[in-house]
Amino acid sequence: MSHPLTLITFIPLAGAAIILLVPKGQQGIVKWIAAAATLPQVLIAIGLCQGFDTGTAALQFVEKYPWISSYNINYFMGVDGISIAMVLLTALICFISVFASFGIERAPKGYFTLLMLLDTGMMGVFVSVDFFLFYIFWEVMLLPMYFLIGIWGGPRREYAAIKFFLYTLLGSVLILLAMLGLYYYSSPVTFDMTQLAARSGNYGMNFQRIVWIALFIGFAIKIPAFPFHTWLPDAHVEAPTAISVILAGVLLKMGTYGILRVNFSILPGASHELAWFFLGTIGTINIVYGALCAMGQTDFKRLVAYSSISHMGYVMLGIAGFTAAGINGAVFQMFNHGTITAMLFILVGVIYDRAHHREIDGFGGLASQMPLYAGITGFAFFAGMGLPGLSAFISEVLVLIGAWQLHSLMTVFGAATAILTAAYLLWTFQRIYLGPLNEKYRGLPDLTFREAFTLVPLGAIVLVLGFYPHLVLDLINTSLVHLNQLVLSSPLPAALASVH
Amino acid sequence: MDLGNAASLACFLPELLITFGVLAIVLIDLMVTDKSHLGQLALVVAAGVLIGILAQAGTPSASLFNRMIVFDGFALFFRALIAIAAVIAIWMSIGSKEVKSCDQGEYYAILLSSTLAMLLMASAENLLMAYLSLEFVSLTSYILTGFLRHNRRSQEAALKYLIYGGVSSGTMIYGMSWIFGIAGSMDFAAINRALSAGGQGSVLAVFIALVLILAGMGYKVGSVPFHMWAPDVYTGAPIPVTTFLAIGSKAAGFALLTRFFYPAISHLAPGGAWIALKGVDWPQLLLVMCMITMTLGNLAALQQTNMKRLLAYSSIAQAGYALMGLVVLSNDGIRAMLFYMLAYYLMDAGAFLVVMIVANQTGREDIAAYRGLAWRGGIVPAIALTIFLFSLTGIPLTIGFIGKFYLFAAVIRGQFYLLGIVGILNSVVALYYYVGPIRTMFLDQPNGDEGVVSAEPWNYGLMGALACLTIILGLYWAPIIAIADRSLNFFMGSA
Repeated sequence: MSHPLTLITFIPLAGAAIILLVPKGQQGIVKWIAAAATLPQVLIAIGLCQGFDTGTAALQFVEKYPWISSYNINYFMGVDGISIAMVLLTALICFISVFASFGIERAPKGYFTLLMLLDTGMMGVFVSVDFFLFYIFWEVMLLPMYFLIGIWGGPRREYAAIKFFLYTLLGSVLILLAMLGLYYYSSPVTFDMTQLAARSGNYGMNFQRIVWIALFIGFAIKIPAFPFHTWLPDAHVEAPTAISVILAGVLLKMGTYGILRVNFSILPGASHELAWFFLGTIGTINIVYGALCAMGQTDFKRLVAYSSISHMGYVMLGIAGFTAAGINGAVFQMFNHGTITAMLFILVGVIYDRAHHREIDGFGGLASQMPLYAGITGFAFFAGMGLPGLSAFISEVLVLIGAWQLHSLMTVFGAATAILTAAYLLWTFQRIYLGPLNEKYRGLPDLTFREAFTLVPLGAIVLVLGFYPHLVLDLINTSLVHLNQLVLSSPLPAALASVH
Repeated sequence: MDLGNAASLACFLPELLITFGVLAIVLIDLMVTDKSHLGQLALVVAAGVLIGILAQAGTPSASLFNRMIVFDGFALFFRALIAIAAVIAIWMSIGSKEVKSCDQGEYYAILLSSTLAMLLMASAENLLMAYLSLEFVSLTSYILTGFLRHNRRSQEAALKYLIYGGVSSGTMIYGMSWIFGIAGSMDFAAINRALSAGGQGSVLAVFIALVLILAGMGYKVGSVPFHMWAPDVYTGAPIPVTTFLAIGSKAAGFALLTRFFYPAISHLAPGGAWIALKGVDWPQLLLVMCMITMTLGNLAALQQTNMKRLLAYSSIAQAGYALMGLVVLSNDGIRAMLFYMLAYYLMDAGAFLVVMIVANQTGREDIAAYRGLAWRGGIVPAIALTIFLFSLTGIPLTIGFIGKFYLFAAVIRGQFYLLGIVGILNSVVALYYYVGPIRTMFLDQPNGDEGVVSAEPWNYGLMGALACLTIILGLYWAPIIAIADRSLNFFMGSA
């Protein structure tokens, strides 16, 4: 198959075009078109993983064509170990979220068109290697997200949508300035990330620091890293279920992906110097603070949102460890968090669809009414806690092992938070599913086939990767070890070397 | 080469055409009773002028009429822009309910005269010509603004415009007299030579003269502190006139501003950097003006509840962005400004056009009239307005983003980091008010009393064209940047 990356990126866009052509009376067919547009993505993604050469850190499936040649802007796509897992995750989550959206009643045409546009934007971010192209996709995602939260969201959707938009736009424009800085600092000028990375030795240290921090803030807003995280709980609570799934499953990963792809690859010197604070310390704050906030929530969805913040902290901490285990664990954690949190948000959606509220204390004893639902929730909660045998265990342990040498104190905090995580998840489970039945909810129907269809594949992945993590680790290992070496081998300024 | 009066006429054909067009409309207006086709006639004239100007591409540069106006790539670019503004404004006038109630003959004759004045302003290379053409533009603009004779806001706007315009142009001609005293000539090339040679007068004197001149030019581009007329005029004038002023008049202002501050009083060093002659520090002044303009425009726009007023403040902010290109003293900057003017044309005209469509059908211009527009039959204009507003914000996939990209690229390359940060923060602030109407159109449900918006083929045609161009040129803009590149040539002549 030629041009797999172009196909995987733009098939949803073609789907969107077809959806727009559907006549008014036939809106029932729209969701099936969306499903038909996302299924090939999954197949191509699996094909990419199979054809992926795990022995090299170089870009694969490269496509490169001139776009605006007078400014050396290229249509340049490729995947390596940093992005391949994310491509797979994006394809999977988008496919699942189409089915999670089948219940949308208001203006389904508009909804699925925007969903497909969002899909193209996300996929484009992970496959583009030209910084300009990357930036276009990065920004294009914002628009559908704004409308999807703003039109199909909950009661405070307008506030949540504009807050999301403003925060992320602020981040993007900082990335834009940093991008222009890198462009003009390189000679001859280029947006090609591989060439920018190849010249990383030429950048002065102060220039690196400024650009690094601008990029970091841009990406940190997406992760979201403390203190830029406040948009996330609002956006999650108001967004419709499938959008929350995408938000947590894919969008947050773009932040950490950007840090690896841009900050680490292009500015290894500054990364070596600054990561311990910006990724290590802030990551640890994320872990602890997110977990503490999650404990205090009464809204089920808000709780999951804060647990997301906590779990993304492990990714940051793992990257900051500068070890093969740490960085592998971090990217593996990105993948696992994507699948597990997607499950959690679907599960929240299931109960919200039936009870029309999400107050944790407003339920009780649901396990007797919805045994399958309670069972899958228990499974997802255990996965969230990082129980052995499930995928998150492997990634979190890798992160902690990897970070231990350099950041032992932070690692202790990170590891100890596992207790907090277990506490809030188990306590939530107890309040919703165990105890005396809230009579209001007697006879609540169990999972439908469609809901089970969205949950079971994700659960299977979590389980399989828990026993056989090499399915993903093999794909990502070579590139990540290479990247880690690159950062480690770039010299530290003398003053800071003593800190480590 | 410098051409005499008769020889100049060959390069002056579009302007001649428009002159005859004005006369023809006045005459026909006197003779026929059915005035409904005067608009179409004016449209044909404006389109002819545009084609005539485009056909001049490639003709060698020259100075016309004994060095009164200049014919070069830069003038050609802005003359084409002004002709486009005329085409858009006349097209909109034909589809506007407001304008139908006016005296058709006078309206189109004055609109075309105003276009002629702007064409002259964009190519003036003599302070006298600059002043006369600027006054000509102003006079016709006052009349057009006050054209809704029974509308008090329109009358008030015209009066305000007149008073501000009188003060600004008076200040400007006073400044010009200082320059004449210092340089001994009103010819741009002669001024350049005199200042290069040191000339009479201190640096301070030149600086004061430039500040005074900036009053007149700043007034035309709508930059702070000479912007006060804009919100009232934009709100009071008929919407096609507002559009014409917002794009045409601003472009003419930028053309004159650039030609005076760059080839006349600066010197182009090898490598595309410009150096201010005599070390007069006008770039600093322009830098401060630029930052204040965009910040004030954006902050004031945050509070607006009327669409035209919102777009008025937005266009002040947009002038601030375009000024970024002139602050950085490089060909990169000027090229970015040229590109941005074209981008601004498409998106701002488009936004005003949607405002007009809604006003045509509901008679309202406040943002509340857009409530749930997408859900009451207006999905097409709602999507179009969304495209234009996102383009004005500078979101990718639109030409507005590419325009901003070039501006910021020039700023970063010139190492104006403070300006870069201010510009970036402004873009974020701007998002908030640009999204306001979008939110109302899509996220709110109609109350039911806003009325249904239905299709108007004539206006939808232009709207669709502008929206498509906004996106297509946002995806592939290589031809536009090539045109901007070619237009970066200032002819100074030999005299």
